[in-house]
Amino acid sequence: MSSAYRFSVSIMPRDGILDPAGRAVEAALPELHADNVHAVRVGRRVELTVESDSAAGARATVDSLAADFLANPLIESWAIEEMAG
Amino acid sequence: MKVAVVVFPGSNCDRDAVHGVQLAGAEAELVWHERTDLGGADAVILPGGFAHGDYLRSGAIARFSPVMGAVREHAERGGLTLGICNGFQVLTEARLLPGVLRRNTTLRFEHRWVRLGVERHDTAFTHAVPAGMTLRMPIAHGEGAYWLPEPDLDALEAKGQVVFRYVAPEGNPNGSERAIAGVMNERGNVCGLMPHPERASESMLGSDDGLLLLRSLVESMARVEVAA
Amino acid sequence: MTLAEPLEVVPAVAATPALHRRLGLTDAELTAITDLLHRAPNDLELAMFSVMWSEHCSYKSSRSLLRTLPTRGDDVLAGPGEQAGVVRLGDGLAVAFKIESHNHPSAVEPYQGAATGVGGILRDIVAMGARPVALLDALKFGWPTDSATRRLINGVVHGVGGYGNCVGVPTIGGELTFDPSYTANPLVNVMCVGVLREDRIAHAAAPTPGSLAVLYGSTTGRDGIGGASVLASANFDETSAAMRPSVQVGDPFAGKLLIEATLELVERGLLEGLQDLGAAGLTCASSELADRGGTGMRIDLAAVPRREEGMAPFEVMISESQERMLAVVDPARLDEVLEVCRRWGLPAAVVGTVTGDGDVVVVDAGQELARVPARALASESIEIPRLSSPPQRRRNAPAPGETPLAHDGLPERGMDPAAVLEALLGHPNLGSRAWVTTQYDQTVGTDTVAGCERAAGVLRVKGTKRAIVVATDSQPAVALHDPALAASLAVAECARNIAVTGARPLGITNCLNFGDPGVPDAYWQLEQSVRGLRDAATALGIPITGGNVSLYNESPLGRIAPTAQIGIVGVIDDVGDLVGPAFRSQGDLVVVLGEGGPGLVGSTYELLAGSAPEDRPPSLEMTKELALHEVLRRAAAAHLLESAHDVSGGGLAVAVAESAIWGDLGAELQVAVALAPAVALFGESPSRAVVTIKPDRWSELVKLASGLRVACRKLGEVGGQRLRIRLVGVGATGAAEERGAGVADELDVALTDLRRAWDHALPRVMGEG
Repeated sequence: MSSAYRFSVSIMPRDGILDPAGRAVEAALPELHADNVHAVRVGRRVELTVESDSAAGARATVDSLAADFLANPLIESWAIEEMAG
Repeated sequence: MKVAVVVFPGSNCDRDAVHGVQLAGAEAELVWHERTDLGGADAVILPGGFAHGDYLRSGAIARFSPVMGAVREHAERGGLTLGICNGFQVLTEARLLPGVLRRNTTLRFEHRWVRLGVERHDTAFTHAVPAGMTLRMPIAHGEGAYWLPEPDLDALEAKGQVVFRYVAPEGNPNGSERAIAGVMNERGNVCGLMPHPERASESMLGSDDGLLLLRSLVESMARVEVAA
Repeated sequence: MTLAEPLEVVPAVAATPALHRRLGLTDAELTAITDLLHRAPNDLELAMFSVMWSEHCSYKSSRSLLRTLPTRGDDVLAGPGEQAGVVRLGDGLAVAFKIESHNHPSAVEPYQGAATGVGGILRDIVAMGARPVALLDALKFGWPTDSATRRLINGVVHGVGGYGNCVGVPTIGGELTFDPSYTANPLVNVMCVGVLREDRIAHAAAPTPGSLAVLYGSTTGRDGIGGASVLASANFDETSAAMRPSVQVGDPFAGKLLIEATLELVERGLLEGLQDLGAAGLTCASSELADRGGTGMRIDLAAVPRREEGMAPFEVMISESQERMLAVVDPARLDEVLEVCRRWGLPAAVVGTVTGDGDVVVVDAGQELARVPARALASESIEIPRLSSPPQRRRNAPAPGETPLAHDGLPERGMDPAAVLEALLGHPNLGSRAWVTTQYDQTVGTDTVAGCERAAGVLRVKGTKRAIVVATDSQPAVALHDPALAASLAVAECARNIAVTGARPLGITNCLNFGDPGVPDAYWQLEQSVRGLRDAATALGIPITGGNVSLYNESPLGRIAPTAQIGIVGVIDDVGDLVGPAFRSQGDLVVVLGEGGPGLVGSTYELLAGSAPEDRPPSLEMTKELALHEVLRRAAAAHLLESAHDVSGGGLAVAVAESAIWGDLGAELQVAVALAPAVALFGESPSRAVVTIKPDRWSELVKLASGLRVACRKLGEVGGQRLRIRLVGVGATGAAEERGAGVADELDVALTDLRRAWDHALPRVMGEG
């Protein structure tokens, strides 16, 4: 009996990789008087639902999707989280 | 002699590539991405555009198109494969070429006329370019900053896989590592570059330098066939 | 029908106003609808009327004015009333073109507003059966001194590029103008040009009862519900944040697929009629297709492919979801049509049937929900006569024969003309647009012969010797004083930009951006502009093939400068005759064609230095303008010209400087000063062009120009890396005395300094230079 598992995948530029978008956001902060904010990184988040027999099976599917498709491991890291409901 | 020009949904330089190939003296055929063969073509071009909207990452979805199986087979057999702009991005996503094209460091889409230094004159894609000549061509992309980890870049250079570099006076337009504009695989039959040779193939349009690359490809195609 | 707008006695506001008022309909309009239907409309019908009778769809305030425009011409294949104008190009080909506004959506959400504006105008061109080959964008903003305006500019430019770049249509021209009146109400006008085979022109009509209506493209969601009526016809203010959910979102990828699928359907002759879904969505497309075909249409709501659940019938009928088309298809060809859509990955469904009863009927699950005569929604929707009265204060151009003023604006005491020239080239209204245009793909399509940095874009047409030349211009600064003159000047300048390349104009499109037509002096501005447009187009013999009207361009900060944005498409029969604007060789003669007159009002110089209180805008004589164009065309065809550039923003000095910058060659010139140096160098008096020729062609040019009574004066020679202009004549001496001793009567500046000023104009104001 298969159930639905919902996940979020947060994809970020890998540590040490230049993040021009993050840098640009940071550069705009003084204009907003947010001088106390720093270390901005910009990534993206993907949410998806997997139909699977088991939580582990669903997780494995997301693991492989993230590594092969959603992110480019050369420049990006990712974190997978199972969402409630 | 025929060149297959692959059309992904969202390709927008496919007809330009056909026009360029024809100017270079060969036939060209558009091949829809759902096909699983290249129609017996001698070489293949992956043209520019925004395949599948490029919504995830440039080239990331196109890489899974049915036609890419045929492209991979063709490349593995030693068939000539040229990726232009989005086509270059697709080839790197498909791991047929090393590296990744990241967002321009300007964070903008950049349309500019640039000048390319040609590092190798002995390749299937460049042999018609006279030594010492730099090539004037347009770029038009938002994600064209070539990137590889430092050690891999050194290896790439050592193996002579850097084919094109942005040079003065316009210089590096997008923040590419070591101003790399185009690379090839170790075997030398798969090449990708961000600038558009097909848009610089008639002097009326500002330059015909790009035609030298397309002519190289067309002439090499004949030789590769003889070898096979 | 025409409705008199009675001076309504508005009753005390009830707790909840009546539905028709909440939908933006007046009580008089409700009465008219009731008369048309011979009964009270139900809610769905009311919603359909509200979007179709909005200013945006009905042109109810402007239609009576637009009827006065000259629209006929031997080469006009489709004119106003169609989705875009179509003119004959030659070799069996035709050009479809139109300019349209997306001002209010861009003010609310700059990226999506601009992107969907591009998507919308592209679909208008595709709906004529044409492949889009070029985009131009005319953008107007407030001074970019505050970060809000800079964000607006970034968002709009990003949006125009985001859509155009992705669909692979080059952006080859446009305008960028800053004026404080646009601060809270920017203008985003986008023009598109397409090429089609003359015998493959598609029409937006459903002429055959029994044919099927096929909706294809994106699925239908709640996008832009109320968008057309609320965004386009009411003032907006601080509530814009709450309106955000109704903003349409563009999907250029789907747009690209829609273009390719549509062109295949047209090329294979599979369609009887075709209309894109824009403002008022399915209601507009179904009623206009039926009305133009003299038929009716029955729409089955259950068949409409949807993106969201639980949509009410009115939401489906007025949704402005983007990237959709409604095709009229012979049942025998249906399978082929659906197969094409499937291959391009586009949802498609038969959503209706063409009927013979003249009504648009909406049914859901077999139940009739609405029945309205198609013509009542479309061609016979309301018109509202408006009151017109001129404002109190204004400065017109002198009437013909009126004595010009002796002194109309001198350089300030001790001002160096070279410094003025650098300031003008570095002014954001005149400097290089590269900051914008490098964000646009200009060369995709491999047809771009000349792109954005020229006054006109040039595209060769593959398979022929011809080239299409296209330009867009406006004169808002003059329009603040004299809207009729400004509209005529914009037509004249735009046509001149076509003529300097050697091309002949084929047709005019226009986008009229004005304020609230219910305010008499705002309506007067519109009325005057249409008059100026009509007079200039008639005098130059160029048909007006369509356009767009955008009203209510007002904000709490005030009304925008009246803005008649003109677009002209022209053709060069042999691209080998094309003349460019850049200086070409050392030793070429620099010649000015045409004669300048007084008037600094409305000029860029005036923005920097002001003008005398009694000064006026320069005047325009259409016969002189037309004669100049004729000289330019004949000279180009005779290969007399090495370069040609029109004199407009910044005057003669800026025209010469631009030719010098683009050609990387300086010049040594003498300019005769009749009135004052500022007028001679920086006045924007029309009907002039700076050309260069080989010295041995001088007598030929003189003969050609004098034969057509166009003044022709040698200014000097191309050469070196400096621009030198010596001022000679009575006016120069007088002015020099007033300027005081020690000020040279000479402008002398290095080309590198001019280029630097020009290059940095925009990056500087955008905080990047």
